[in-house]
Amino acid sequence: MNNLLVLPLLIPLLTAAILIFLKNNIAVQRWLSSLSLLATVAAAGMIVFQVKTQGIQTLHMGGWLPPYGIVFVADMLAALLVFVTTVVGVFCLLYSFGTVGEQRERYYYYPYFQFLLVGVNGSFLTGDLFNLFVCFEVMLISSYALIVLGGTKRQLRETLKYILINIISSTLFVAAVAYLYGVLGTLNMADLSLRVAEAGQDGVLNAIAILFMIVFSLKAGLFLFFWLPGSYSVPPAAVSALFGALLTKVGLYALIRTFTLIFYHDPSITHSWLAWMAAATMILGAFGAIAYSDIQRIMNYNVIITVGFIAFGLSVASDTSIDGAIFYLLHDMVAKALLFIIGGLIVHVTGTSKLKEMGGLIKRHPAIGWLLFVTALAIAGIPPLSGFAGKLLIIEGGMQGHAFWLTGVALGSSFIVLYSLIRLFMDAFWGEENPNPQVAPSKSMLGSAVALFAIMVMMGLGSEWVYQFVAEAGNTLMNPSTYIDAVLKE
Amino acid sequence: MELYMSLAIGVLFTVGVYLVLSKSLLRIILGTSLLTHGVHLLLLTMSRLKTGAAPLLGQGAESYVDPLPQALILTSIVISFGVTSFFFVLAYKAYQKLGTDDMEQLRGKEDE
Repeated sequence: MNNLLVLPLLIPLLTAAILIFLKNNIAVQRWLSSLSLLATVAAAGMIVFQVKTQGIQTLHMGGWLPPYGIVFVADMLAALLVFVTTVVGVFCLLYSFGTVGEQRERYYYYPYFQFLLVGVNGSFLTGDLFNLFVCFEVMLISSYALIVLGGTKRQLRETLKYILINIISSTLFVAAVAYLYGVLGTLNMADLSLRVAEAGQDGVLNAIAILFMIVFSLKAGLFLFFWLPGSYSVPPAAVSALFGALLTKVGLYALIRTFTLIFYHDPSITHSWLAWMAAATMILGAFGAIAYSDIQRIMNYNVIITVGFIAFGLSVASDTSIDGAIFYLLHDMVAKALLFIIGGLIVHVTGTSKLKEMGGLIKRHPAIGWLLFVTALAIAGIPPLSGFAGKLLIIEGGMQGHAFWLTGVALGSSFIVLYSLIRLFMDAFWGEENPNPQVAPSKSMLGSAVALFAIMVMMGLGSEWVYQFVAEAGNTLMNPSTYIDAVLKE
Repeated sequence: MELYMSLAIGVLFTVGVYLVLSKSLLRIILGTSLLTHGVHLLLLTMSRLKTGAAPLLGQGAESYVDPLPQALILTSIVISFGVTSFFFVLAYKAYQKLGTDDMEQLRGKEDE
């Protein structure tokens, strides 16, 4: 029992509730939401520390023992993800101060922001399948509001599609939960894992596993990503940074959790499905990243490629590749938020998102240019930077697992990522200077980009130090019995 | 009994999917609500439809029906209710601003 676990959920929830009453007082809203996020970062850091020193932490809600009550579980993976989520949240919040506009701030932007974090943190920490569904809905409903807030024509149009696809995937999620409850009679994840092991993962359970895979893939943008490029390019940069960094990663986390904890007995079926979907995602995402000459589209397709890459690490499911997938997941949350923020800066400076209308920005905005350049190298995985360690581990795991063809695709996708981002850099920052009037970015906008950049560089230089946490997270995932013992035997 | 319920749920899913694939926005929303009806009935059915008293201890019965799926359904109903009302208002706003409810005309344009 550890009451600290509820804080990453409780602090944003209370803050959001309070902020609703402070509608017109924007300065107070800003202060309160930043302070509460900093408190959440502190709580998340404490949880990581406790998991590191004392092992997996659990919290039985209302004192009901699992499998009867709802349990919150922080193993190393969940704790790390919550920590990185809140850290990324802080910088997206700082970036949104000057950029989302007073109209949005007046109409409950900050409460929605906090509710989104409630949903994301809850999804990471919960140990119950139906509670995961509820946390998903909290996150999704806030994301509907954040996408459509402002109400331009494009936003309305894309939100219609986004909401429809998510209603359908939520319906499928409930259906999958119903089937699983019908077969096994429980919804606690640790208990489910035990009962799947007893019953043997046969035909029915494999079908349910595939249904869960479809549901989470729709959320994560793994192969079923057709909704993603449109929806992520309509909201303001601060919001799409938050989405690109967090939302798809929650789907990936759910995939990792279900297929390492519950459905890991028949990898020849489930994991080969994952492998094919990962390969298709990387290839199709690569087409998209090359095809468009629009900053937002290029960034969105880069999100998709990454999802495929991490799912490839999951599908191999060896110690090395799982470590790699976790490392890359953590790196990518920071790097994608940074990339979207830099993209937002470029759009702010030039007033357009089309690469053809830009050029020569390096003369007047060298800072943005070099930030983008190094971030591109980090996302592609150039050695001293943070993307390298994760990619190396995933590739190594793929080679050890004799998935040569897939490893080739993964390596190829890294080249495409590098090409697409460097092309973005060259088209926007080199060449003839465009005569259009340019707006200088404010210090606070640049500040949050630089701070995130510093975190990313430190993650790269301190890979060895980060790796000890990642290795522990990977250990728990590869040995589900430690998770089950921590939840059920206390 | 479970067999008939499954058939009925199957019909609800079929009609829901058919409506979601149509062009008019209002039909799509009706389709999603049929889908959620179907899935709630599915939750109820999957807990086996054995006869028993309503899950109230005051009844003093020998056996009760499973209370868990009812709680799950109740949660899911209010969530889908909230989402559906949001969807309806969004559709209304989109109709006002974009002037159409035809999904064909709501595609993105190339030059955006």
